Amino acid sequence: MSKSVGKSVIRVDAYEKATGRAKYMDDLCDKGALVAKICHSTIAHGYVTAVDTAEAETIPGVVKILTCFDVPNIPFPTAGHPWSTDPGHQDVADRLLLNRHVRYWGDDVAVVIAENEVAAAQAVRALKVEYEELPFVLDVQKAMEEGAPLIHEEYPGNILKHTDIRRGDYETARKEPGLICVEGWYDTPTVQHCHIENHGCFAYEEAGRIVVVSSTQIPHIIRRVVGQALGIPWGKVRVIKPYIGGGFGNKQDALYEPLCAWCTTQVGGRLVKLECSREETFVSNRVRHAIRTHIISYVRPDGTLVARKFEAFSNQGAYASHGHGVVAKGMGAFPQLYPCDNLECDCWSVFTNRPAAGAMRGYGIPQAMFAGEAHIDDICKAIGMEPLEFRRRNLMPVGYKDAFSKNELYYDSFNQCMDRGMELLDYARKRKEYQNQTGSVRRGVGLAVFWYNTAVWPISLESSSCRMVLNQDGSLQFQTGETEIGQGCDTAYSQMVADAVGIPLKDVHVVSTQDTDITPFGLGAYASRQTYVGSFAIVQTAQALRERILNIAHEQTRMPVSNLDLVDGQIIRKSDGRVLKSLGELATESLYSLESSQHITAETTAQIKTNAYSFGCSLAEVEVDIPMCKVKLLNLVNVHDCGRLINPALAEAQVHGGMSMGIGFGLSEELKFDEKTGKPLNNNLLDYKLSTFMDHPALQAAFAENPEPTAPFGTKSLGEPPACSPAPAIRNAILQATGVAVDSCPITPHVLYRAFKEAGLITD
Amino acid sequence: MYDMKALYQAKTVADAVSLRLAHPDAHIIAGGSDVLVQMREGKRAGVELISIYGLDELRGVKLETDGTIRIGSLTSFSHITHDPIIQAHINVLGEAVDQVGGPQIRNIGTIGGNTCNGVTSADSASTLHALDAIVELTGANGVRHCPIHEFYIKAGKVDIREGEIQTAILIPKESYENTFGHYIKYAMRNAMDIATLGTSVNVRLSADKKTVERARIAFGVAGPVPLRAKTAEVLAAGKAVSMELAEDFACAVKEDINPRDSWRAAKDFRMHIAVESAKRAFVESVRLAGGEL
Amino acid sequence: MEKHITQYQTVRFTLNGREVERTVDVRASLTDMLRNDYRMTSVKKGCEVGECGACTVIIDGEAFNSCIYLAVWAEGKHITTLEGLLGPNGELSDIQQAFVEEAAIQCGFCTPGFILTAWEILESGREYADDELRKLLSGHLCRCTGYENILRAVKKTMYRRLGKELPR
Repeated sequence: MSKSVGKSVIRVDAYEKATGRAKYMDDLCDKGALVAKICHSTIAHGYVTAVDTAEAETIPGVVKILTCFDVPNIPFPTAGHPWSTDPGHQDVADRLLLNRHVRYWGDDVAVVIAENEVAAAQAVRALKVEYEELPFVLDVQKAMEEGAPLIHEEYPGNILKHTDIRRGDYETARKEPGLICVEGWYDTPTVQHCHIENHGCFAYEEAGRIVVVSSTQIPHIIRRVVGQALGIPWGKVRVIKPYIGGGFGNKQDALYEPLCAWCTTQVGGRLVKLECSREETFVSNRVRHAIRTHIISYVRPDGTLVARKFEAFSNQGAYASHGHGVVAKGMGAFPQLYPCDNLECDCWSVFTNRPAAGAMRGYGIPQAMFAGEAHIDDICKAIGMEPLEFRRRNLMPVGYKDAFSKNELYYDSFNQCMDRGMELLDYARKRKEYQNQTGSVRRGVGLAVFWYNTAVWPISLESSSCRMVLNQDGSLQFQTGETEIGQGCDTAYSQMVADAVGIPLKDVHVVSTQDTDITPFGLGAYASRQTYVGSFAIVQTAQALRERILNIAHEQTRMPVSNLDLVDGQIIRKSDGRVLKSLGELATESLYSLESSQHITAETTAQIKTNAYSFGCSLAEVEVDIPMCKVKLLNLVNVHDCGRLINPALAEAQVHGGMSMGIGFGLSEELKFDEKTGKPLNNNLLDYKLSTFMDHPALQAAFAENPEPTAPFGTKSLGEPPACSPAPAIRNAILQATGVAVDSCPITPHVLYRAFKEAGLITD
Repeated sequence: MYDMKALYQAKTVADAVSLRLAHPDAHIIAGGSDVLVQMREGKRAGVELISIYGLDELRGVKLETDGTIRIGSLTSFSHITHDPIIQAHINVLGEAVDQVGGPQIRNIGTIGGNTCNGVTSADSASTLHALDAIVELTGANGVRHCPIHEFYIKAGKVDIREGEIQTAILIPKESYENTFGHYIKYAMRNAMDIATLGTSVNVRLSADKKTVERARIAFGVAGPVPLRAKTAEVLAAGKAVSMELAEDFACAVKEDINPRDSWRAAKDFRMHIAVESAKRAFVESVRLAGGEL
Repeated sequence: MEKHITQYQTVRFTLNGREVERTVDVRASLTDMLRNDYRMTSVKKGCEVGECGACTVIIDGEAFNSCIYLAVWAEGKHITTLEGLLGPNGELSDIQQAFVEEAAIQCGFCTPGFILTAWEILESGREYADDELRKLLSGHLCRCTGYENILRAVKKTMYRRLGKELPR
């Protein structure tokens, strides 16, 4: 039936990117742009009492210096969420363009606009900022203690939000005789997205409006936030998103677009470019929430979960950004993944004097899976059960329905994924072989599953719009507000459009750039939503376009619409399959008709009120060199049920990338802070340990392709899921190899040194 | 654009020396993989630079008539690794510098820059210490030779005097003849990293391969500057090759090393790794020398 | 503040096979000169301190991070950017084609640098094992691909050039 969906067609942007011709933000900026550089706070908490700009003003090339004393007093939110017209559901507006109350080392104090980057950097160094210092707090639980420094006056105890889930009667249930209690505390680190293109943007005024070209995932949301931050009508702002060099959630936030937009208004509308350095990207953009999780499980010896307690403390950093949604999503997975009748779950998002935490690939699930899946293996160790058997017995059963989202597990996805993964890794044989090893170099295999759901409904709006504009030759331009950020959605969309309209793939011209003046409204790239949400809008708009085409075909051919079809770019008479004319002939005749000239277009908005689970697992094999405290990852396998694959090759590639991020999360990545000053210690790509080419094993990705019944084309989320389970799978493999249950990631040599010493595996 | 006050480009060694004398505050830039990075960070912003990058006479490896291996200071890491003289006589050095950063860094980074920085983590430094390398410096009064362990004064400071530039690293024949070595870089990842600890060992065995005639071991990041662990060296000299000797040799390094606590790694952890690395590097060196353990 | 007196220098070199010259501010990095003066925008800025590899170019046959290379050092050198690998009619070179076919490209920002290093590796005419290739490519960071398909693209081209069957 379909010709394009399901095939591994070449990316639509492959040629542009393989030749280096694809234009990113800085490639588009005129070289005469003024350069804006930010002066960041060098204390973790306090008030700016004065900024002496005298020396900086004398530096040749400096055009303007703006400080926290100059900015409009309009607090604004930054999260890349759909806006809510209900004030109770709006994002927390806790940001100013520049801050007198600085809340983390790296907060924004002033900005220099200069004719070149050297002058701007010199002037930033020449600014003399005076502070009234306040005590600061970096640890999430210390921030909740009485007497902790208060970071936002409106939030006593630094608690941005607390939510809970209660089911059954935990206190009574746990008293059942004969239960085994397993308790653990699990920590995940502050990590950064590390897209290779740093965030940057440029802005200028044109016809009384502000134009912002930005490396962002969410152009339409940025327009709204810039309008809010500057206190101007949203229609006065135009945002353009070119190709971007990765985002992973960091660019799902208003970063420096509001400040850059304001800068241009302060220099008479001249072109101003604001590019983050790598060092700034680590600290003054967004990071992933470090989450500390406490889990207690009461289990029968046969592996039945009787009562469970879950507490998560999410380190929000200095500003609300995406806020509580992240840890709440992680907590939401807990009762569903391993259903249990008696539950007490609580989670808190807590302000600290660390960089603001926002969205990052997985949105709370990598943290929750590290804790949850590590805990499952801890339970297995305690009751002497094979982790695979425990999971088969306790994981969400087929037919499970969630009352809130209405999501349903339609297929035996978990078992299918685990079975396939075991086959690829030769898990069962290795699991047996690696039992009870001695010696200094040992191997182990480990397993972890993950829970994920697609898009943001019913917590927030899910809406997607698209436009199709037919050309005289029968090809069409396709536009949507959902953005290409490297993940390949432009290609997947092209395939869907081709099939939904009935034209060859080569005749679909996807407009990759979003321009809020031109592109239909859409929310952007996040929540692994694009293929799912976009497919609704595509099918609906294709339907509308086909109706118009077939009506015109009726006028041109006198055949009734019911006997007409559009197949592969040809108008067909259904009764005998004869080709009556090509779509190009139809479009040309229609456009230039002296009787009834028509430009054939369609544009619709689809609101999506369904959602879909997207599940899978990771299996890891490690070799642990105990005296050297080193882990070598020998094999990593991910298996996903993400519904029907639109483009298998791109799906596989996307899974590789998520696995890679999971490897770093599990073994090496952590943004560290000086306890004495709050200063970040390793905010560069040398000291922050992304895993390199040499730290990766061959990656294997596989799929259990069960078509998702709620979605056109049967697809569901894949962007974030691959990053959710590698870290706990690696952790559980290290547990098998060494018997040491590490309760935090990243599992670096430092961590292993302490753990092995404690376990008596090494002695000095 | 770098925040640079002025750039002076030397055309010959003599030219570099006069530029040094004319601009005593200027920093020397060889390949730039450290200087330019620090300039970008703001640490060296606004300085004057004397570029010696163009001095091709300082590139390349030569075997001199007395058997000394002469490595021009501007020889890049990748050229050292691929050099046939290095591969034949001091492969351990080629292997060590093949672990600096990544391939592009190894194409631009020079052995002169690596040593003149005076940083303890430099991947060439521990091996050069273990080889008793001689640093050749050229100044207004000609050439001066300085043993590498005297060249390092303190962290970030080396013995380059007014008007001097480093022109070569010399490895005496006595250091490498019948000697086999192994370097272990301990880092948090397998590429693009600086050493948490660098361990370089070389040994010379008796003709029957049963006895250690001489063992040398040097560390990077086990103190503020690269250092030798002489106690271990003395312990091993003249002893019969055995696993027990490897263990004792490794244990003895604790007498001489003094790693510090930093956010990058704790002292006790570095100590532990130093002992384990010493053992493994010793074992591998003995194996390369034809010994059996 | 003391006024900076800009020092200029004319730099003559061969860029993608063509002899060029331009007078530049001596403070410019090679990245600056290639991007700003020659509009070689395939040369990307990811860190500007030699830690990511996005700005890699080939100088006299070897891969360098152009962000930590002074523009004036280009004097007399032969420099190749990704633009230089393309055929006169826009044909992709074998290694570019392999990146396309193997889905080795996602966001595309690390791609130009990776392809140039791959080109240097392939020009050696040697056959490398996977571990060797990983090491030779390890000066580039990529956050999208997990490096898997990049390795596949380089291997595929290496075997094709050697006239050998790609091992399975």
